[in-house]
Amino acid sequence: MATDTQEQTEQNYMCDPDADGGFVYTTLEAAINWMHKYSLWPMPMGTSCCAIEYMAASCSRYDISRFGSEVNRYAPRQADFMFICGTITYKMAGLVRRIWDQMPEPKWCIACGACACSGGMFRSYSVLQGVDKIVPVDVYISGCPPRPEALLQGLITLQDRIMKTDHPLKGFFKTHDLREAQRAACTNTSVITD
Amino acid sequence: MPTKSHTSAAREACDKIHARFPQIALREFRGDTTLTVPREQLVEVMRYAKEACGFDMLLCVSAVDHMGEHTRYEVVYTITQAETGANLLVRTPLDEQDATVPSLVGLWRSANWLEREQYDLMGVHFEGHPDLRRIMMWEGYPFHPLRKDFPVAGVPTETPGIAFTEKAPTAGAPFVTAPGGKTAAEREPRSRN
Repeated sequence: MATDTQEQTEQNYMCDPDADGGFVYTTLEAAINWMHKYSLWPMPMGTSCCAIEYMAASCSRYDISRFGSEVNRYAPRQADFMFICGTITYKMAGLVRRIWDQMPEPKWCIACGACACSGGMFRSYSVLQGVDKIVPVDVYISGCPPRPEALLQGLITLQDRIMKTDHPLKGFFKTHDLREAQRAACTNTSVITD
Repeated sequence: MPTKSHTSAAREACDKIHARFPQIALREFRGDTTLTVPREQLVEVMRYAKEACGFDMLLCVSAVDHMGEHTRYEVVYTITQAETGANLLVRTPLDEQDATVPSLVGLWRSANWLEREQYDLMGVHFEGHPDLRRIMMWEGYPFHPLRKDFPVAGVPTETPGIAFTEKAPTAGAPFVTAPGGKTAAEREPRSRN
């Protein structure tokens, strides 16, 4: 499991390394955020070639389990965040939205690759022009497809966002209407590039 | 290994079909033979091709949109002999007002999904099809998107509770080449109004 840097540790916990019994003082929010951060169970929404990169990222060479995110949950009720890897057609969009609705709060979403972010090269009648039209996206990863390192960077970006959450329990009961999701997502997002 | 080459098998089969249906136009281009069959005779010709000439497999059903011409649509069947690999193309021209052909599901069961695809994307109706539903788009989608008069970017639609579509940002598509231009920059695909 990855460990925080010294600087992050000092930011988030009041830790006295010289204390004999290993006491850690922190706030409830920081502890909850820390637990969210290191046990992110993904719901891999793999529809095309980005899913192959996700498979590479989760296998031993790139090893996404270093970041506590290796437990793929194909049952959305057990997942913490959705990794949308690939082209989402309008026919698939309703199903993606239904899976998103089945995931319990708190939940996050990473749009991986050009198609999921913006429709990519498919400017056509059949392809949803960005999944942020149906689900609120937290992190966009560019690339066609992105390399596994970019996926890991996206995951780290999401973890940093989670650590900055002020009230981690506040959003437990939030809901988004289908066509309102884009507006909700626009308020606070991170964009990373290769 | 096939016992005879696919070209000689195709020629033999075409001669047989031509002898049985002398009025049907038969055209050969680089070893591929194309029959143009009016839709009234389609089932009869196809049944003869399958049962007497050994074309036991339907590979592909496609449709062509010649917008602006007298017979706007054309359904193209590719049938093959699995034993020899000989192919035969069968074209059936259709009027715009009555784009209906008899279904071939009774002859080849693979026609089922292939014909559904052409119904969905090109809007050709297959009479006698057992299950003529859309296969790519969803039930309730009002257009047939591969027709020439359908815009590339799509049309906004809403099927409540099922799906929606929006117009895609295409930055001036479709992009067309200009053949005969002097430089590569003049010839390359661009948005040309």
